Amino acid sequence: MLRDEDRIFTNLYGWYGADLDAARQRGIWDNTKALAALGRERIVEEVKTSGLRGRGGAGFPTGLKWSFMPKESKDGRPSYLVINADESEPGTCKDRDILRYDPHRLLEGALLAGIGMGANACYIYIRGEFYNEGSAVQRAIDEAYGAGLLGKNAADSGWDYDVYLHRGAGAYICGEETALLESIEGKKGQPRNKPPFPAMAGLYGCPTTVNNVETIAVVPEILRRGGDWFAGLGRPKNAGTKLFCISGHVVQPCNVEEELGIPLKELIDRHAGGVRGGWDNLLGVIPGGSSVPVLPKDICDTVLMDFDSLRDVKSGLGTAGVIVMDRSTDIVEAIVRLSHFYMHESCGQCTPCREGTGWMWRLLKRMGRGQASVEEIDTLYEVTKEIEGHTICALGDAAAWPVQGLIRHFRPELERRIKEYRRSAQARAA
Amino acid sequence: MTSAATTEGAAQPETFAFTAENLERAKTIIARYPQGRQQSAVMPLLDLAQRQSGNWLPRAAMDHVAEMLEMPRIRVYEVASFYTMYNKAPVAKYLVQICRTTPCWLCGCNDLARAVKDVTGAGVGETVGDFTVMEVECLGACVNAPMVQINDDYYEDLDYDRMVTLLEALKRGEMPAIGSQTGRRGSEAASGPTTMLKQRPKPAAPAVAGRGDGDKG
Repeated sequence: MLRDEDRIFTNLYGWYGADLDAARQRGIWDNTKALAALGRERIVEEVKTSGLRGRGGAGFPTGLKWSFMPKESKDGRPSYLVINADESEPGTCKDRDILRYDPHRLLEGALLAGIGMGANACYIYIRGEFYNEGSAVQRAIDEAYGAGLLGKNAADSGWDYDVYLHRGAGAYICGEETALLESIEGKKGQPRNKPPFPAMAGLYGCPTTVNNVETIAVVPEILRRGGDWFAGLGRPKNAGTKLFCISGHVVQPCNVEEELGIPLKELIDRHAGGVRGGWDNLLGVIPGGSSVPVLPKDICDTVLMDFDSLRDVKSGLGTAGVIVMDRSTDIVEAIVRLSHFYMHESCGQCTPCREGTGWMWRLLKRMGRGQASVEEIDTLYEVTKEIEGHTICALGDAAAWPVQGLIRHFRPELERRIKEYRRSAQARAA
Repeated sequence: MTSAATTEGAAQPETFAFTAENLERAKTIIARYPQGRQQSAVMPLLDLAQRQSGNWLPRAAMDHVAEMLEMPRIRVYEVASFYTMYNKAPVAKYLVQICRTTPCWLCGCNDLARAVKDVTGAGVGETVGDFTVMEVECLGACVNAPMVQINDDYYEDLDYDRMVTLLEALKRGEMPAIGSQTGRRGSEAASGPTTMLKQRPKPAAPAVAGRGDGDKG
């Protein structure tokens, strides 16, 4: 279990104020000047040493990502940091706690990350529904400007740095980094083809790095305590602490910061009061937000919660939104609801996703009632394969994987429903 | 991406102009973006226009924003129709959005829809009196499921009875406390936190974070 002295998010539950004075008491904005004085290369080196991987879902090494930004602007284009606060992945509500209770931790990280990638401006893109959370961030921004922590010579670092809040308006797809950039530019949030990658041509065609809220918020502590400290937590290549969101059929749903690599069972038992009705009442867990495949109980018994362990069991850490389902769950309806989500959130740009998400939903909805043939399970699987990997962005994959997970682990349940429907239909006919 | 509310059948006002106060705010918003990139302000300006118009977005307001930002009208319509939070037709005083996605469904979101129907008479997709009711996709408060958003505010840890209580309070014209309706603090476990037990502080902040402040942000 993560020791309290290694905890980064010491105000996860809002025990203290979100304001600047309370933030300073937690050690935020403490001698930020000295951290800034490490300079660009040392900051990136330290983040590389820490082993930090992006906390938004993909798990790309953060220091490496920053190193893709141009060392100097040869053509006068500025560089941008864009912080992805469009938290919308079902099962995920961790960034919300940073935004509403600890916004100064994010802002200090934004400044240091900006120095690390040579950016003088940052946009925080927050989902529109987080209206009150956005206001908390804006209050913190205003406070930080008032105290000289942002703006000209931010925090006495010698670095000019502006931070702006940009509110979304209800579109899951804007959590995809290039859709997010389109949205800031005042357009529909439809993902761009890559390349060019944002580090070459991102916001307004300028070099841009998009990072998740949690990724940026841990940066100041990494620089304060050293990359080795962070790397010493968790497991090799899966370093550090992580915010987990434990929802669904547990005794006490909650968010909690833990070490990466904690066993799933320990995470649920220790922090969420266990599965409703006991561990043996567990049906399955979606371990990393709706986009990753469900795991049946026998895998949940032993699996570790980190990027590589979950990849090895054909699922993923994703956003670490842990959705727990007990044996009372209609597992097909659980996935049908996710299929409906992706159908609703498809931006409509790529045909396989636009058409396929609806196709999957309709077929699975019908199959959930048993009104299908056993062969159609294979048809459904094939549809998922026609979507996966055939779209501009990862939403198509994200829509396909939950359905694939269902077929992989719960095919007997689908067959049972189909056969039962057949039997009762024949009985009615007789 | 489609919004439940569309322009069909809505009585459209002939004209729209920002109030003096909102015009100032619009200028502040536009100044956040680089010169020549004022189109970036389209989303916050549409939001501002929607708030001024009583929580919906008339065609005239979209046209006004297009003119202010020197955008073709169609580009503004595209944005307004792509994002679900812009209401293209009038909604009632309270826009009740029930989260329907799996984590809330596991915790009983269907009971909330039933409670809303019982108290307000409005089913999903309907408006009755002061209440417009919608089902929406994940609102990102999953460990406090099931939950609803009413106008700008989240109400969490609901069940049938608590939903009834909440709606009755709104009907009486009260402003219920936002966040958890069982009184738990944020996203911590219901019986108290499982971490930082040694230095567990006396709460220095109120259990519920504040409401927004009229969107200066």
